[in-house]
Amino acid sequence: MRALLSARWVTLGVLCLVIAALPLVFPSSYYYRVAALVWISAIAAVGLNILMGYAGQVSLGHAGFLGIGAYAVAIGPARFGLNSWLCILLGALLSAALAWLVGRTILRLRGHYLAIATLGFGFLIALVLANEARWTGGPDGTPVARVSVAGFRLAGPVTWYWLSGALLALGTALALNLEDSSVGRALRALHDSEIAAALAGIDVARCKLWAFIIAAVYASVAGSMLALFDGFVTPDVASFLRSIDLVAMVVVGGIGSSAGSILGAGLLVTLPQFLTVFAEYEQIALGLIIMLVMIFLRRGIVPTAQQLFAPRRR
Amino acid sequence: MTKRFRLLPLLAAGAALTVATAAGERAVAQDIKIGSVLSATGPASFLGAPEEKTLRLYVDTINAEGGILGKKLVLVVYDDGGDPSKARTFAGRLVDEDRVTAMVGGTTSGTSLAMAPIFEDARVPFISLAGAVEIIEPVRKYVFKTPHTDRMACEKIFGDLKARGLVKIGMISGTDAFGKSMREQCLKVADKYGVTILADESYSAQDSDMTPQLTNIKNTPGIQAVVNPGFGQGPAIVTRDYRQIGVAVPLYESHGVASKSYIQLAGPAADGVRLPAAALLVAEQLPKDDAQRPVVVGYKQTYEKATGEPVSTFGGHAYDGLFILVDAMKRAGGADPTKVRDEIEKTTHFTGTGGMFNMSPTDHLGLDLSAFRMLEIRNGDWYLAQGDR
Repeated sequence: MRALLSARWVTLGVLCLVIAALPLVFPSSYYYRVAALVWISAIAAVGLNILMGYAGQVSLGHAGFLGIGAYAVAIGPARFGLNSWLCILLGALLSAALAWLVGRTILRLRGHYLAIATLGFGFLIALVLANEARWTGGPDGTPVARVSVAGFRLAGPVTWYWLSGALLALGTALALNLEDSSVGRALRALHDSEIAAALAGIDVARCKLWAFIIAAVYASVAGSMLALFDGFVTPDVASFLRSIDLVAMVVVGGIGSSAGSILGAGLLVTLPQFLTVFAEYEQIALGLIIMLVMIFLRRGIVPTAQQLFAPRRR
Repeated sequence: MTKRFRLLPLLAAGAALTVATAAGERAVAQDIKIGSVLSATGPASFLGAPEEKTLRLYVDTINAEGGILGKKLVLVVYDDGGDPSKARTFAGRLVDEDRVTAMVGGTTSGTSLAMAPIFEDARVPFISLAGAVEIIEPVRKYVFKTPHTDRMACEKIFGDLKARGLVKIGMISGTDAFGKSMREQCLKVADKYGVTILADESYSAQDSDMTPQLTNIKNTPGIQAVVNPGFGQGPAIVTRDYRQIGVAVPLYESHGVASKSYIQLAGPAADGVRLPAAALLVAEQLPKDDAQRPVVVGYKQTYEKATGEPVSTFGGHAYDGLFILVDAMKRAGGADPTKVRDEIEKTTHFTGTGGMFNMSPTDHLGLDLSAFRMLEIRNGDWYLAQGDR
């Protein structure tokens, strides 16, 4: 138990250290922007990891929640004059409610029905965002009002680097702490054996539902951050490919590991930036790297590395 | 031990990447850097791919002829895949890392609108290749664009209707981005041309039968012509159904169908349809004294010879953007972004594939209605319509 606890603090400590130290090697504000995008994607990935790693379920429409969060901060302030921070909360609430609606019946079933349901859900959200042009601005997108704190306008990559970094640290801390809560313990039991967990008196469906709702809230907050950071949002934020990106981040980094999800987000966001030198072959190179990771590091980067460097005990 | 070896291929790949990146960033200080963020892949690639080919082709040509002001042009192209967030990241990279003099790109309205603030903040001129009128209205100091707007397409159609005395019309519009936006613009400018819209129908992009809507229009008394703002295969189905139920009045399509695939899909039903389109489609038919003729014929032949693909108006937008920029840099006598911006705004009598550009501090597009030609389809091909030079 003590070892587990310390491992948790190591993850968080390393994350905070990386966030604090990275700017020392950044030559221009472009790097801050890319890093901020990594932190924001990582928030969504850490959330999705709770669903995939503990509840053993996949959401193939998770970008739909990104879209809800993003459009909440776009539409709320512009149409209803609401405060942007309040809109992040409202977006998260709406996402949670939708996740509850979708998951409540689906998660009572065994097997990967949630993947199919969320697949449809994701497409539905993207369609609504593209077609309800009166509200969302249609396929061309809509501008997002800038936020300010005490008269200080939050704009520019450097500000958002620290803001998203802090939020990621908070999100990771919560995710790591979840392991020790009753829901977390139940989820872990469920991950080992669903039947055993059910026999031990755990409400399996309810636990999975909680994991799904938490994952939806993480994604919604990440979507809000992305929209506020970009200052502009299009229905592309909720596209199917982005959902796949999120799943890939969790899988490449290592299912069940928060650190892995952050590393996966880092890889998938920064790789396209490095690969531009390959011009037309960029997509091929990206696919090849992901394939190599999956072939040689089958359990994901972080769990494999942990196994490699962990002292052998027995 | 064996596990350690499994990491080797990855480490090797990482090392290769680092080397490649370092090599890619080597550029000579005296060169002039032009940036371009395009949607060369993804759903908008049919727009972005010809734009990229055009830019690469002509930058090579310019360099082979000695460059500009004795300096070589270096083109930095990034592919955003149609994703506005990616486009914005690459825009930041062009400004902060590559330090470009100007940017010609932005394939879709979404990516262009997302990138505009970055160039505005960095004071780097940005010539967009996307359609939406919102890119230049209200005017942003550093943002320009080359493609005509759908409002202009409507005005061209309504002008032709007015000249033919057909002012009571029916409209049938697609509900996609293109159809929606153009329908709105048409409603806005109808009064200006004394056009009355008696019927206003719509269809969704996936519909395979438009007979009910067209029957409604047919049964509206007093209709003298029908206009169809639409994009993709919808207009072809409208055209076929239109002939099938025997609507007798003239049919107008939009510039959204200005490609050979529309004629192929609609078949003989397309005969007699009129549409506004860029002069590029009828390059060889333009009169000998037409100012645009040498430009469009030259671009068409160069592009088709180099790529082996038929020319499209989208690549033409990139051609116009590049040469407006090149002319501005020549006039500015250097690559200072602010000076180049001032000169772009002073662009006058520039003849491109899209028409004659006359920009001003209040007009960052600078095209008028002469940018469009009224075409008529006869025997499966485009012809300049009667009464349009």
